[in-house]
Amino acid sequence: MTIAPVPPTDADQPAAPSRRSAAGTRWLAVLRTPVGAGAGLLLTVVLLLAVFGPVFWSDAADTVDTTAAMQGASGEHWVGTDALGRDLFARVLVATRLSIGLALLATLIAVVLGLLLGTAPLLLGRRAGRLVTAAVDIAVAFPGLLLALFFAVVFGVGATGAVLAIGFAGAPSFARLSHTLAAGIADRDFVSAARIAGVGRVRVLVRHVLPNIGEPLVVNATIGAGGALLAFTGLSFLGLGVQAPSYDWGRLLQDGLSGIYIHPEAALAPGVAIVVAGLAFNLFGEAVAKGIGLTAAVNGAYPVRSGPRADTVPAPVTDDGTPATDPGPAAGRPVLDVQDLSVTFPGPGGLVRPVRGVSFRIGRGEAVGVVGESGSGKSLTALAIARLVEQPGEVTADRLEFQGTDLLTGSERSHRRLLGTAFAMVFQDPMTSFNPTRRIGRQLAEVAEEHQGMNRRQAMGRAVDRLRAVRVPAAERRAHQYPHEFSGGMRQRAMIGMGLMGEPTLIVADEPTTALDVTVQRQVLDLLAAVRAADGVALLLISHDVAVVGQVCDRVLVMYAGRVVEDLPAAELGTAARHPYTRALVAAVPDMHVDLDSPLPVIPGRPVDPAHQPPGCAYAPRCPLASARCTVEDPALADDGTGWRVACWHAGEVADLAVPGAAPVAVSLGERA
Amino acid sequence: MTSTTTATGATATTGATAGHRGVDAALDSPWLRFAARRAGRFVVSLWVLVTASFLMIHLIPGDPVRAALGPTAPASLVAARRASLGLDDPLWLQYVHYLQGVFTGDLGTSLTSRLPVSQVISQRLPATAQLAVLAFLVVVVLAVPIGVAMGVLTRGGRARRRELAFSSASVVAGAVPDFLLGVGLVYVFGVQLGWLPVAGQQDASSYVLPVLALAVGPAAALARILRVEMLSVLQADHVRTARAKRLPAPKIYLRHAMPNALTSTITLGGLLLSALVAGTVLVENVFAWPGLGSTIVSSILLKDYSVVQGIVLVYGAGVLLVNLTVDVVLALLDPRSAIRES
Repeated sequence: MTIAPVPPTDADQPAAPSRRSAAGTRWLAVLRTPVGAGAGLLLTVVLLLAVFGPVFWSDAADTVDTTAAMQGASGEHWVGTDALGRDLFARVLVATRLSIGLALLATLIAVVLGLLLGTAPLLLGRRAGRLVTAAVDIAVAFPGLLLALFFAVVFGVGATGAVLAIGFAGAPSFARLSHTLAAGIADRDFVSAARIAGVGRVRVLVRHVLPNIGEPLVVNATIGAGGALLAFTGLSFLGLGVQAPSYDWGRLLQDGLSGIYIHPEAALAPGVAIVVAGLAFNLFGEAVAKGIGLTAAVNGAYPVRSGPRADTVPAPVTDDGTPATDPGPAAGRPVLDVQDLSVTFPGPGGLVRPVRGVSFRIGRGEAVGVVGESGSGKSLTALAIARLVEQPGEVTADRLEFQGTDLLTGSERSHRRLLGTAFAMVFQDPMTSFNPTRRIGRQLAEVAEEHQGMNRRQAMGRAVDRLRAVRVPAAERRAHQYPHEFSGGMRQRAMIGMGLMGEPTLIVADEPTTALDVTVQRQVLDLLAAVRAADGVALLLISHDVAVVGQVCDRVLVMYAGRVVEDLPAAELGTAARHPYTRALVAAVPDMHVDLDSPLPVIPGRPVDPAHQPPGCAYAPRCPLASARCTVEDPALADDGTGWRVACWHAGEVADLAVPGAAPVAVSLGERA
Repeated sequence: MTSTTTATGATATTGATAGHRGVDAALDSPWLRFAARRAGRFVVSLWVLVTASFLMIHLIPGDPVRAALGPTAPASLVAARRASLGLDDPLWLQYVHYLQGVFTGDLGTSLTSRLPVSQVISQRLPATAQLAVLAFLVVVVLAVPIGVAMGVLTRGGRARRRELAFSSASVVAGAVPDFLLGVGLVYVFGVQLGWLPVAGQQDASSYVLPVLALAVGPAAALARILRVEMLSVLQADHVRTARAKRLPAPKIYLRHAMPNALTSTITLGGLLLSALVAGTVLVENVFAWPGLGSTIVSSILLKDYSVVQGIVLVYGAGVLLVNLTVDVVLALLDPRSAIRES
């Protein structure tokens, strides 16, 4: 596999700079990685053998001793002898020079030809350039071996013909590579500047383009040399490459294969040499490519943001007396009852807990909003109650009940039907939350087939009906379309429709409008409100937008650093919030009355890194009311008896230096809500 | 061999599939456009291939007939043979005749055996086609379950040891060229164990080693690609949606994740497949397989250029068909690929 070139970062490129020294350091750094070092060592050995092999072992390789013909491995002849009694080990070592040398020569031809073809479009102008590109496109679709055979016929059988054949066969892929690289550079500002300044095409190419594509080209040439080596041994093995009495590894392999029943070492030794040398080139090239950032590494990172040196989180983080009293004004049995929910992930420096002891209830038909800055644990809380947190994340709770069913015990299978029909989820980005390869209707119908025992047709009928219910126009036709044929807002409505396939009692909507544009946001929120009103569905709406939550919800949970810091009626959000963080959030919402001459209010400081929770109140470092106690003791979420809960030592107090603009904004928001 | 050709080819194929802007009119219109564009590309490539194979014989330095008949052949014989092959006609006329011949299935006659080239090919093609198709099936049967399973097992950094074992095994298996693997298989299963025949095409058992030699490398490479694709698809939002729908795990992995992982895998798989077609040339020579691959090599050595020309044409057309099939399958699996730009 070759390496996809990633355009060098702009920081590297002020103006066609000489990057030689920087490149040198990077190549050296590669040699310090285990794979890079191993491959580099192997490659060095191979190259040294290529240079010195014939010097040391030529005599042994050429000494004919017919009395010792076709011998097996022995102390004297490590891999035996050939039909003329020549030492095969020596012959394999000596053949290194020819095998490697011819492969490198072929690679050189391929790179030079490829560079000429690939940069020709830059020099020739549009029409001729396009013709060259089209020709390269066609040539590159054929496997290299086929091209090599074609050119081997044209250039004739023998070492020279084979070198030219493999060089020509490799040229199209290098042409494409250098074309892609050069086109990327030629579009850059400093090249355009040079052009405008009247620098000629050739000069632009030599001075500005070539120095900047050299490095990826060399890396690919290294890998390409491994390929050329294999191709060359292939041709020699077929008898089309090196001809007797000269010999390379392919030739030795061919000789050895014919006698493999009598003397297998003769075929295996050159085979091993070919594999080792090929691997040396390949691995070294790929190690360098990785080292200098030509490929993007695949990371299986956890959804935890952590500093470079995360300290171990002390085990007793919370559990500081979260109230066991009934939170919330839920009448009758709540739809959702969560007590002391925590989510833990293993981090580089120990366990990290992005959600720490969250408790709340949602009553039937109630709309509860969750607000907080990004990283406050809102979304993770939603995933946790939906039992969608995957390994290595771990969810613990004292209680997690949905419609009276304990979700913590029992297998995933036993809850599947309940959650599949009664618990609906709407995710943030409707662009990516549908499967791009399946029709929308099928994706909805699947739910009914799986959980409601419908057959394909019934389920599809239900899907069309649900699409209609969420006001997707021409639902019949739309159901047969793919997600990419839907607009963003329509997709989000279809996603809500998917949740309505069953008979949901709770919809968890995680930032359902964030990815949509403003006009569409309204429609989606109205739809959620309508669904709620029609069927008495409870709603858990997660948003970083305080205004949205204030409009849609009955009650608001304010989260900070993985905890609920205030739980209050939405109507009171603008006027009577008691936690300083809630007030700051509200104050940061701009509206029509904001004085645009003064800077917009922001919350000073930064959210807490889940890997570094402070011992006291997590908000203390940013809080205008913070006292000495706040930095030592974490306040519990205390109920005032009306169901209003606050976790703050200074709840309801007013700071002497209130955030500018806080009061008027808060009032105006309250009026709207 | 695959190294440089495959990956750059990947860009070629995606670049080739490059469709159109502005879709969304009639339901079939993007499809028609895609089909027309792809068919056009196929025809142009085919024309280039035919022209190249025609020119091949004229690019060879010296007189191909003299080369084929050897230095001792009398000049009169060479002249007569040249005339009968039409090699003394003007180049354009020869080209016209050649095109006519290709369309009517007449690929000329062998310079040495005087048999019609089409007859030589029809005798040898089935053996090669069987080998390639079987090897391809083995690649799919090995690579898809292994790649998908490894993707699922090692998702989110799970089972690190298994991942390491799999990665190193697949890198090594992918790096050993098919003909060397063939030699290794001959040694182990033919020489050492004596279980399987190592040469010729007889009963079913004679297929095992050549098919394995062709299939193992591409299967390893494909499984590796598929695993990486699965890893990224399993992190996608729509897989989370499938989980939120509470579908059972097999449906999530096979119905929702796998097709999305396959679309990018098939692009690379197509290149591996066309490399596999070309790989038959070497593997047939290791196992003395009576197919096109061994015939083209012996014909090159005999300088029987009209046979070489015909076989190059067949191999090239096979590769073009593979590429076409891959693009169509891709478009069926992932409708966006038919209309995607770059």
